[in-house]
Formats: sequence, C-alpha cells, structure tokens
Amino acid sequence: MSAFIHTVYPVASGDYTRAGEASADIKRKLKQLGVASMVLRRVAVASYEVELNLVIHSMGGELILEVDEKGISLTSQDVGPGIPDISMAMKEGYSTANEEARSLGFGAGMGLPNMKRNADGFEIDSELGKGTRISMRFNLV
Amino acid sequence: MKVADLIGLLDATLQTPALSTDREVSCGYTCDLLSWVMAHGEEGMAWVTVQTHMNVIAVAVLADMACVILPENIDMDIDSIGKAADEGLCVLKSPLTAFEICGRMTSAGIPASPQ
Repeated sequence: MSAFIHTVYPVASGDYTRAGEASADIKRKLKQLGVASMVLRRVAVASYEVELNLVIHSMGGELILEVDEKGISLTSQDVGPGIPDISMAMKEGYSTANEEARSLGFGAGMGLPNMKRNADGFEIDSELGKGTRISMRFNLV
Repeated sequence: MKVADLIGLLDATLQTPALSTDREVSCGYTCDLLSWVMAHGEEGMAWVTVQTHMNVIAVAVLADMACVILPENIDMDIDSIGKAADEGLCVLKSPLTAFEICGRMTSAGIPASPQ
C-alpha cells in the first residue's frame, strides 16, 4: 500500500532549541488530515519522545512520518552510538541522559516506555557503534 | 473553570496578553521533569512548573494543555513567551508557590485528572 504522506525530518544531536519542531509539524499535518484527537495526541507524545531521544542520546538522525489508509508509521533512525542494553533502556526510571538534558527536565527514564504505551505497534533494534532504529505504528482503522 | 478564572484565583498575570483566556481547564498538575509530564499530561491541563525554556512550550502544546503557570513570579524567557503566543498557549505568572497554587486550584474544585 502506498503512503500518501512520506516526510523525513532530520534531527540534530544536542539541539534543544529546535527540539519538538518535527513533532509539532507531524501533529499539524495529521490534524489537517482529520486524524481523531485521541490518536493525534498519542502520536504527538510518542513523536516528541522519540525526537527528544535523538537530540539527547544520538549522534544525529532522522524521524520519518508515513501515513497510509490504515495507519500512521513513525520511524526513528540514527547513526549511533547504539544502546548497550535495550531491556534496561525499556525500564521506567532508567536513563543515561547527560547533565545538560537533566538540567532541562529530561532524563526521567520515561521516553521508551512512554512510546511503547502510546503506539499500537513498537519495535526497537540497536547495534553498538552503528545506531538505533525505532518503528512505531498507530492504527487508523 | 476557565483560564480567565485561574488568573483571578492565583493572583496571576497573563504573560501572553494577546491570547484568549476563554479555554476551559480540565485538571491541574505540577512537575518539573518534562519527560514525566509527557507521560502524564492531559488535554486542557493547567501545568505548574518552574521550568522556563522552549521545551516547556513544546510539551504543553503537544499535550494540548490549557495553560502553563509559573510560580513565585518566575520570568519565562522572551523566546519561550513568543513561541507560546504563536502556538496559542496561555502562560500565567503567579506570586504564589507551586504548593499554594495547587492548594488553591484543588480548593476551587479543579481535579487531578479530567473528569
């Protein structure tokens, strides 16, 4: 099935001033499509969490939005450093965020669990030194 | 209760004067960990926080909150106020502590989660 929206958002490492711009645009696009507010909110929360993860933890990456007749896909792909222990990273309260992130109020260790909670489908793959890929799916029907 | 009523209740001033204060407040919350707020934010929420940077606005807008309330007359930086105004998010500043703000909101019947 072909996607009728396919948008790629580059996300820079450590750029807290622009953090959230991709998520805001995603929310705007989906609102224009008439996506129901409950779904819209779940996508907005998950996209912000994954966008912040790229800013805080990655060496840079991109967020990809795809929409087709059945649902919304959000994919995050970065270029490293990768997650040493995914099962630990998935636990609420576990965080490896640095001091700068924590001083801004991030790094509560809620990001990945919150993405999983809000998405209908959630997959994460990571390889040390290569990068992390997170795929989320939100059903429309 | 509307945002306009909150301004009176909390002796607050509106930092985004061009915006309407007619929006209904569904519930109240206080927390300064943004990632925690992302997990617990609700539509129509009045969020009390001492954080003043741009990401506060992003979190509040994405969760479709009614307003952000700064306690103890804390000033939000001008860029964040501008962003809030652009996004239609009311920012209030109150001389009260976060504790007092939540106490007054609770006494006025604002719940902890939308009813």
